[in-house]
Amino acid sequence: MKARVHITLKHGVLDPQGKAIGNALHRLGFAEVGEVRQGKFIELELGGSDVETARGRLDEMCRRLLANTVIENYSIELLA
Amino acid sequence: MRAAVIVFPGINREVDVANAIEMTSGRRPAMVWHGDSELPDVDLIVIGGGFSYGDYLRCGAMAAHSPIMSEIKRRAAKGVPVLGICNGFQIIAEAGLVPGTLMRNDHLKFVCADVHLKVETSQSLFTNRYQAGQVIKVPVAHGEGNYFVEPNMLKRLEDRGQIAFRYCTAAGELDGSGNPNGSQDNIAGVFNEAKTVLGLMPHPENAIEAQFGGSDGKALFEGLVDALS
Repeated sequence: MKARVHITLKHGVLDPQGKAIGNALHRLGFAEVGEVRQGKFIELELGGSDVETARGRLDEMCRRLLANTVIENYSIELLA
Repeated sequence: MRAAVIVFPGINREVDVANAIEMTSGRRPAMVWHGDSELPDVDLIVIGGGFSYGDYLRCGAMAAHSPIMSEIKRRAAKGVPVLGICNGFQIIAEAGLVPGTLMRNDHLKFVCADVHLKVETSQSLFTNRYQAGQVIKVPVAHGEGNYFVEPNMLKRLEDRGQIAFRYCTAAGELDGSGNPNGSQDNIAGVFNEAKTVLGLMPHPENAIEAQFGGSDGKALFEGLVDALS
């Protein structure tokens, strides 16, 4: 089984890197760009085949290591 | 005072902090490797600055799960004082020993400079040699020192006197112009609720000798020696 985890900064948490990316895009002429938020993408291979178990384990992985829930949200995507 | 300094792969200020402790206490601290799971019987645990695990994932995130951290958490829960400086602050914040987290500096640049700090309280093991309101000068050297904590927790920190140091101007003003990284409310260092754990971004261990730019950091170690010997 494969899993994809997306980690993003919570709303209300300043994202200076996203802001810098937005400014750079404006300089390149992409004037239509509004707010930019940067995050992380982690792809994991998992043993086992039970989707519910995997989801529970991934949730624990996110809470304990992959995300810092003081400032970050995470979402989990499971691919068969 | 018997101290242990924890050594993680990628940190670089462990010798500086060990020197500061030896200079003030007369005893060389034990250097403990992060992969060990046992700590000697000590009065103080110190985690110094650097880039543990290359700051992979988030600064301090990997180190916070090192084998030695379980023992450090156990000791901290029993009241053994823990001092986390710079990367050490990031590590103990990730480990949940102090509230909040350290984010990328708001201007996105690494900052290496002397800063001024206002000592918020003298009522702690770490600050008993300072006066509340005193302004001290110590260096910072970090890319991720931008302190953030949820608004509810921030209020609790204020109410319980858990803020140890704030960035200020040389004159002691908290107008933000002395803030090197965008930290919320100019916060440079925080205690746990019992004030037995201190995390701070500035480096008091690099301000202990007048000929090296100032000695305002020395009193932090002297205060610990007074309290723990």
